[in-house]
Amino acid sequence: MINTFIFMNGYGVYVWSAFVFTIFSFAYLYTLTAVQYAKEKKKFVKKFGTLNSESAAFAKSQSINKEILSNYTSV
Amino acid sequence: MLKYFEPNKIFSITSKAPKYVLFLFIILFSIGLTESLFLSPEDYKQSHSVRIMYVHVPAAWISIGIFTTLTVLSIVGFIFKIRNFFLITKSLAPSGFVFCVIALVTGSIWGKPTWGTWWAWDARITSMLILSLFYLMYLLAWRIYEKSDNVLKITTSITILGIINVPIIKYSVDWWNTLHQQASINILSKSTIHESMLFPLIIMTAAFALFSLLIFLMKYNTELIKIKNKGLDRL
Repeated sequence: MINTFIFMNGYGVYVWSAFVFTIFSFAYLYTLTAVQYAKEKKKFVKKFGTLNSESAAFAKSQSINKEILSNYTSV
Repeated sequence: MLKYFEPNKIFSITSKAPKYVLFLFIILFSIGLTESLFLSPEDYKQSHSVRIMYVHVPAAWISIGIFTTLTVLSIVGFIFKIRNFFLITKSLAPSGFVFCVIALVTGSIWGKPTWGTWWAWDARITSMLILSLFYLMYLLAWRIYEKSDNVLKITTSITILGIINVPIIKYSVDWWNTLHQQASINILSKSTIHESMLFPLIIMTAAFALFSLLIFLMKYNTELIKIKNKGLDRL
C-alpha cells in the first residue's frame, strides 16, 4: 500500500518532483512577499517615529496610515 | 463607483484579508492534495503520471488568466488614467509569472514519462515559454522604469504585445500537430474528462486561485505602504 503510494508504478519520481516543485515555488513566493511586506511596514513605522508631533498628528489623521500602524504586528 | 475602490478606502479590507485567505487556501490545498495524490484514480493509459495534471493544468490556466487580467486593466487604466489599476497589475504579475514557471516545469516533468523527452519545441509548449518571457519583461520593466514617466506606456505595450500570444496558446493544439494533447475540458462542448478526475482538478484550481489572491493582496498592501512611505518623506 505505502510502496504503491510512494513509487506509483515507477512514476513516483515524476509525480513527487512535480508536486514538491510546486510547493517550494509557493513557499518561496510567499516568503519573499511576506518579507517585503514586513520590511515596508517596518520602514513606515520607523519613519513615522522620526516625525515631529505636528507632522505625526497630520499623518495620523489619514485612515490608511492609522491602519498601517495598527496592523504592524499582523501579516 | 470607482471611488469605492480607492486604495485609501479599501486598505482596511486588504490589510486584514490575507490571514483569512491564507487559512482558506491551506484548507482547500490540503483537500486538493489528498484528492490528487490519494483518492483520484490512475489513468488507464498514463497510469499515476496523470496526477501531475492536478498541478500543471491549474497553474497554466491561472497564469493565462492573470496575463489577460493584466492586459485588460493596463489598457483601461492607461485610457482612463486610473493609477490604481496599475498598482493592481503590478501586484498580480509576480504570481502570474510563478504559475507560468510551474506550468512549464511540471509540464516538462510530465513530458518525460509520457513523450520520452523533457522538452520539445512544440507549439503549445513554446507559446507558454513565450508567455513566461512576456511576464519577465513586464516585471523587469517595472523594476527598471519605475521612476520614469514612461513606465505605464512601456508596461501596457508589453501586455498588448503579449496578449496576442494568449489565443495562440489556447488554439495551438487545434491549429498545429503537436505532442501536447487537445483540451479535455470545454465550456461550450462536452468535456472528455471523468468526474473523478474533474473534482480534484477544480479543487486544485480554486486553491491556486486563492494562493494568487493571497500574494496579490500582500503585494498590493506592500505597494500602498511604499507610496505612504514616500508621502511621509514629504512631511
